[in-house]
Amino acid sequence: MISPRYHREIPQRYRLEAGQCTGCGEIHFPPRAVCRKCAGRDFETLALPNRGKVVTHTVCWIPPAEFDNQKPYVNAIVELKNGVRLTCMVCEAPPDEVTVGTEVELVFRKLRNEPVWEVIQYGYKARVLTD
Amino acid sequence: MRDVAIIGAGSTKYGELWTSPLRDLFAEATADCLVDAGVDRKQIQSAWIGCMSSGLFNGQEHLASILTDYAGLSGIAATRVESACASGGAAFRAAYLEVASGASDFVIAGGVEKMNDGADATFCLATAADQEYEVYHGVTFPGLYAMIANAHMHNHGTTYDMMAHVAVKNHRHGALNPKAQFPREITLDTVRNAVRVAEPLGLFDCSPVSDGAAAVLLAPVAVARDLGKPMVTIKGSGHATDAIALHSRPDPSRIPSVGMAARKAFAQAGVTTGDIDFCEVHDCFTIAELCCLEELGFYEAGQAGPATLAGETALGGRFPVNPSGGLKSKGHPVGATGVGQIVEVYDQLSGRAGDRQVPNARLGLAQNMGGSGGSCLVHILEVS
Repeated sequence: MISPRYHREIPQRYRLEAGQCTGCGEIHFPPRAVCRKCAGRDFETLALPNRGKVVTHTVCWIPPAEFDNQKPYVNAIVELKNGVRLTCMVCEAPPDEVTVGTEVELVFRKLRNEPVWEVIQYGYKARVLTD
Repeated sequence: MRDVAIIGAGSTKYGELWTSPLRDLFAEATADCLVDAGVDRKQIQSAWIGCMSSGLFNGQEHLASILTDYAGLSGIAATRVESACASGGAAFRAAYLEVASGASDFVIAGGVEKMNDGADATFCLATAADQEYEVYHGVTFPGLYAMIANAHMHNHGTTYDMMAHVAVKNHRHGALNPKAQFPREITLDTVRNAVRVAEPLGLFDCSPVSDGAAAVLLAPVAVARDLGKPMVTIKGSGHATDAIALHSRPDPSRIPSVGMAARKAFAQAGVTTGDIDFCEVHDCFTIAELCCLEELGFYEAGQAGPATLAGETALGGRFPVNPSGGLKSKGHPVGATGVGQIVEVYDQLSGRAGDRQVPNARLGLAQNMGGSGGSCLVHILEVS
């Protein structure tokens, strides 16, 4: 991924910043220019809660080349406490411990080396909550 | 709008066609289509060509011009259409609308993809998902459909064996199709014991990486009447879009764009699911066939799997699904797939599908889907 794009995504990826529509209250992650519910164009920045649960998941055995050193890994759709859903990896747990409903928290992690320039790319992963 | 007929069809074999360049695949399918139609190429006014990603697969853009040139059609209006794996269906709809509008009389709907040309197919295909919020996190296309499968198993009681039976059934159909990439039968154990790609999906739950092209020729019904062929007309055309990220849609076990496109097509056609004799659906993964049959309205949620186990959707069953072999066995050259489905429905309705002929087929449906369901096209064809 080229640097302008990477730079643009940092508030979402590093700080979990979403956009809340001031018109109807809908929360968008990632932030949007136009609200998909009411077409409003004014938003306030909102940090997402970092806890949630797994909605659905898979264990990836045949990944793209830049993720090959992490296989097998779990991908999941996670629903956060405020209802926002996102896709991420689930780390630090054996793949068979992740299932629908597994409680997780989002943590900041290195995701991969960008395939062309090998820039290290960061973002969120989910970690299984043990307590 | 004018009523529109299909008056000819052509297709290459699907497969790993190492010695065939992209441009020749399209030229072959188009030439076969024009011979089949019995229409001189000088009468062709326009072409709509579905192709997902020639830029990534082959390093070639400006596609409509190079393809029509090598097909001997230089000079006509030609437009490349992209909607990921639904590119072919979208091209067919555009061609249909051009004829229906009265703007042109002879219009080609074509589709082509050459996926075996040195590029990383997993990377190229993943561009049909959300690059920043899905692919960035290591998600592949098998991974997205695996998440749909797990949600479907959890919400609707579908089992892995139900999905595996889709692969066995479609390979049994494809074994009867000389143009199929893998024209051979497989056993349930082959599917069950294959290497996992993205759990629960294994290698034999996934459609292959394919090269191929398909083309049909459209004309107004008034022109088609003079040709003395079975009259196959387009009764309904439905097209819908949706969020491309699976997590942006309300229920990951459902694919709403399929239902939205279907409702539009059925409303235009003035028919219901019970009137349809057979269908070609977008089985890019085994779970997708089950989901699509449910979203199209042929089965309630969770009922397509049991129906598959009971043999209802096999040739000889109550409602044959994917008599061509589907994407699984026939192959999935992504831009060609939607048009290839139309070729199969046309051949079936014309009574020339050979060993895989659905008896007394009068109304057929084709459903072509992009990505994990970010776009969908449904077409209903009738013979009279």
